[in-house]
Amino acid sequence: MAILLDKNSRVVVQGITGSEGTFHTRESVKFGTKVVAGVTPGKGGLDVDGIPVYNRVADAVEKQGANVAALYTPAAFSADAIIESIEAGIGLVVCMTEGIPVTDMIKVKQVLKVSGARMIGCNCPGITTPGVGKIGFMPSFIHKKGNVGVISRSGTLTYEAIWQLTNLGIGQTTSIGIGGDPIPGSGFVDLLALYEKDPDTVALVMIGEIGGTAEEEAAEFIKSNLTKPVVSFIAGRTAPPGRRMGHAGAIISGGKGTADEKFKALEAAGVIVEKNPAEIGKRIQEILAKKGKQ
Amino acid sequence: MKIHEYQAKSLLRAYNVPVPNGDVADTPEKAREIATSLNKVSIVKAQIHAGGRGKGGGVKIAKTPDDAFNAAKVILGMQLVTHQTGPEGIKVQKVLVEETSNIKKELYLGMVVDRARDKECVVFMASEAGGMDIEEVAKNTPEKIIKCAVPPAVGFSPFEARKLAYGLGLGDKALSAQFANIAKGLYQLFVDKDASLVEINPLVLTAEGNLIAVDAKINFDDDGLFRHPDIKELRDENEEDPLEVIAKNAGVNYIKLDGNIACMVNGAGLAMTTMDLIKMAGGEPANFLDVGGGANPDQIEKAFKILTADPNVKAILVNIFGGILRCDRVANGIIQAAKNIDMKLPMVIRLQGTNVEEGKKLLKESGLKFTVADGLYEAAEKVVALIK
Repeated sequence: MAILLDKNSRVVVQGITGSEGTFHTRESVKFGTKVVAGVTPGKGGLDVDGIPVYNRVADAVEKQGANVAALYTPAAFSADAIIESIEAGIGLVVCMTEGIPVTDMIKVKQVLKVSGARMIGCNCPGITTPGVGKIGFMPSFIHKKGNVGVISRSGTLTYEAIWQLTNLGIGQTTSIGIGGDPIPGSGFVDLLALYEKDPDTVALVMIGEIGGTAEEEAAEFIKSNLTKPVVSFIAGRTAPPGRRMGHAGAIISGGKGTADEKFKALEAAGVIVEKNPAEIGKRIQEILAKKGKQ
Repeated sequence: MKIHEYQAKSLLRAYNVPVPNGDVADTPEKAREIATSLNKVSIVKAQIHAGGRGKGGGVKIAKTPDDAFNAAKVILGMQLVTHQTGPEGIKVQKVLVEETSNIKKELYLGMVVDRARDKECVVFMASEAGGMDIEEVAKNTPEKIIKCAVPPAVGFSPFEARKLAYGLGLGDKALSAQFANIAKGLYQLFVDKDASLVEINPLVLTAEGNLIAVDAKINFDDDGLFRHPDIKELRDENEEDPLEVIAKNAGVNYIKLDGNIACMVNGAGLAMTTMDLIKMAGGEPANFLDVGGGANPDQIEKAFKILTADPNVKAILVNIFGGILRCDRVANGIIQAAKNIDMKLPMVIRLQGTNVEEGKKLLKESGLKFTVADGLYEAAEKVVALIK
């Protein structure tokens, strides 16, 4: 995935001095990520394991050439931190934070539109490119380098899917958690387009949840724009209507956004829908075997 | 987060949206006092977090203050059952006593957030089909609903107010001006207070030519509450399931369902999946519970307490994928918690991830009634088998 997290990515961690920020920065560095700076307003001049901390993102961009931002910032301040990064010229913002108000994300989407920057999250486990680096908190051991792309709204459910693939000897190009919020920085459609262009990605796993129309939008996109096979699972067939199932975006509203509707739309678009989550890896294995690519 | 009609009307007043004169009462005597001070025919309305109150017998006209007393006496304390409550209904603790209006026309005005890609913004929906179920209108006669997406960069503009007003048949200059003030006030309220839904149904045009919000419903974005302590205060725990209230106050993400197989999982997506798996294997999930990234002994114990407080629960499925969270730590947490609360229910525990073998060993050697599973579907099959 040359456009998102690749060997040219130079990461600035916003919120680096917090306990989450410090812990996950260390895991990222161990995984091979180039973390070049951190930002915590008021803590400029400190360092975390030798990584310089600045007061402002603009300083990290100027002094260390940061071009990707990883956010472990408190919910109350995250929209501001995201917009600060975009305004400082960061091309990819990855925000792990949960609990950001919807009206804040409406503002952030406007800024993204105008700037052309990309965002992953909020409320997400991040993005991992095996062999290159990871941002967020997907556990390091589950990944293996290979040719399957993974896009998911979930956290631990994503790890399950990746782990199934890895245990079958099937590696991943890039795994992306787009997060559980109703208005994400990037949806399935935005990322499917990138995976379609990526010469290394041969097949895709797409994990959705109840709520909203992201999967239906993806189905529309897949019909006309995707040549690569997709295996999809949707969580929440047994979720009651009108209730927020943990994730802010996982809510069936006005009867819309059910798992069954999504399965239907995806199936109609030629996606291989799998209702048993324990079988996701096997479906991909079958596809790759057919293509002679395993 | 939901609030009551009387609370919503209070907010509307603060944003210059006309509402009927009235006040809230929690005793029949108070209802009589309010009706007396209103000195008009009044309406007594049950205050619950659900619609359909009229059909359920929770709304009565009171021609005199004594009528208001009697109406309140019947409604207060009743288990009001509507198509939006469960079959048990909700106990009515308060009533709203208001002036009635001379209704010429009933309109619908609502606001939601459109989360569709590239459209993310606040949207107004208006319809001349007021006073009815808007979802029915949307299904059968969608052309009767006028939509207006508010561009976030600009906010709500007069030309948008006009679009809605003319679509509602409020072409008269004075009326469209009244409407514009209302819509503007609602938009300001929505954005100021991080609402997630506003519904004025009906927005009434009175015989005297005034627009008034005769019913009001406002829901709030849970993620915005941290910056609105005034809204947070409006929460009514009596309207929520008692177990869910306990869970929420203990910081446990829990939703009660009707089944008898409980589950405890780390991660919302995986938790929903676990519920789905239980159903697939022939069982009925009793709940959603996301124990989150910090599945430490304390959290696990709190979660077990809540799950076992549901008398329907016959078995528990624990499904944890340990990333940074190590499976042996989780296993110890489960063992400790189960011992602390003297867990009597059979449990299937499925662990995967870091240190999984150590975790499984600890569980098997604990001497407690645990069944250990490896695969996702296998775990669901095992727990369903336990209660057959």
